[in-house]
Amino acid sequence: MSAALTWRVARLVERRVETPTAQTLVLDAPGWPGHLPGQHLDVRLTAEDGYQAARSYSLAAPAEGDRIALTVQRVPDGEVSPYLIDVYAPGDPVEVRGPVGGWFVWRPEQDTPVLLAAGGSGVVPLMAMVRARRAAGSRAPFRLLYSVRTPDDVFYAEELRRRARDDEGLDIAYVYTRRAPQGWDGEPHRVGPADVTATGWPPENQPLCYVCGPTGFVESVADLLVGLGHQPARVRTERFGPTG
Amino acid sequence: MGIVTPGFQGRPRSAEPALPPGQYLTEDFPVLSAGPTPKVPLDTWEFVITTETGEEVRWSWAEFTALPQETPTVDIHCVTRWSKRQTDWQGVSLDVLLDGVDTEATYALAHSYGGYTTNLPLADLRGGRAWVAHRYSGRDLPPEHGGPARLLVPHLYFWKSAKWVRGIRLKTMDEPGFWETAGYHDYGDPWREQRYAGD
Repeated sequence: MSAALTWRVARLVERRVETPTAQTLVLDAPGWPGHLPGQHLDVRLTAEDGYQAARSYSLAAPAEGDRIALTVQRVPDGEVSPYLIDVYAPGDPVEVRGPVGGWFVWRPEQDTPVLLAAGGSGVVPLMAMVRARRAAGSRAPFRLLYSVRTPDDVFYAEELRRRARDDEGLDIAYVYTRRAPQGWDGEPHRVGPADVTATGWPPENQPLCYVCGPTGFVESVADLLVGLGHQPARVRTERFGPTG
Repeated sequence: MGIVTPGFQGRPRSAEPALPPGQYLTEDFPVLSAGPTPKVPLDTWEFVITTETGEEVRWSWAEFTALPQETPTVDIHCVTRWSKRQTDWQGVSLDVLLDGVDTEATYALAHSYGGYTTNLPLADLRGGRAWVAHRYSGRDLPPEHGGPARLLVPHLYFWKSAKWVRGIRLKTMDEPGFWETAGYHDYGDPWREQRYAGD
């Protein structure tokens, strides 16, 4: 078996506001061993009195040297996410441990078509795949179906606009569940069969499907994909619950 | 003690019984699994114990639910750090299912509808510590939580409590299952914080 994962000290180097409730934290983590897009890490905080709290966060981008990025969504009444968003300051240490997870990953040598289906903050590990695809010069055809409540809730909005224009072979479609932007074709709705058919790949193309979001979203989209004829073994899921 | 993160205080600590290290309490019941939720019709459902010599013992749904039932109330601990106290289940003890099964095996590999597997020492399935559960909180177990029936081994991290369980293969050698080959610990004792391989 592999050696134990060790806790490393990481420090905040950059903070980017994604939405009113979510921020990307870029950490400097000396000795970080690298990771695959889709993997996550544990973040551990220690209080003055020795109390510790740890949470798992998806890695939002491929590592750049020792730099790693995670995107934190504020959980109301959470213990860790409000601290990371409101209090955690540049230069402050946290401990990180990872990478973790070897199933919900995309490997740049894969060239099969990919459907990424994101619900809300579930876009984070999928964004790591989109970024890794570009960084590796991959030509794997990617389609991202991104379900959000309103246009203000889109993570990485500017970058996604740019990538949809510049990253050849990457298509992005949005579904708005509460309020759609002007000019969007259709009424706000939850992802349904028509969205999956329009944005996804036919089962005959044997795409790999990565579905990430809240449980209800993942259950629904994974069931739709299986119902459309996709093999369950090619539908990989990650369900996000509130984790403080 | 780790590196102090300035300004971090955490929630007020209460005097209630300790959780395993690194766990926090949740009131809801998060769902975690690697793929779509299998929908298993009861008329084709079966549970099979296969011994190391290939002998099989099978139960249909009717036969399984006619076995003596137990109603354990247990705390459960997920490796993703949530714990849930005092969960109510109904199911059949593995002691009942393994009674009369002739085996020299020391390991068990649980396998599920949908292809999931997880390994445990056979001793951990005996002694009133493990069940095949089919009801939760007084209701039939919902598919997203592993219904019609799941393994319930509350003294180990909850990924060992295989959802949609279809059978158990008894083995003389340990064989890592799905998450165990993806970097998670072979045994998974929450009280020793055996989360990842090598812990």
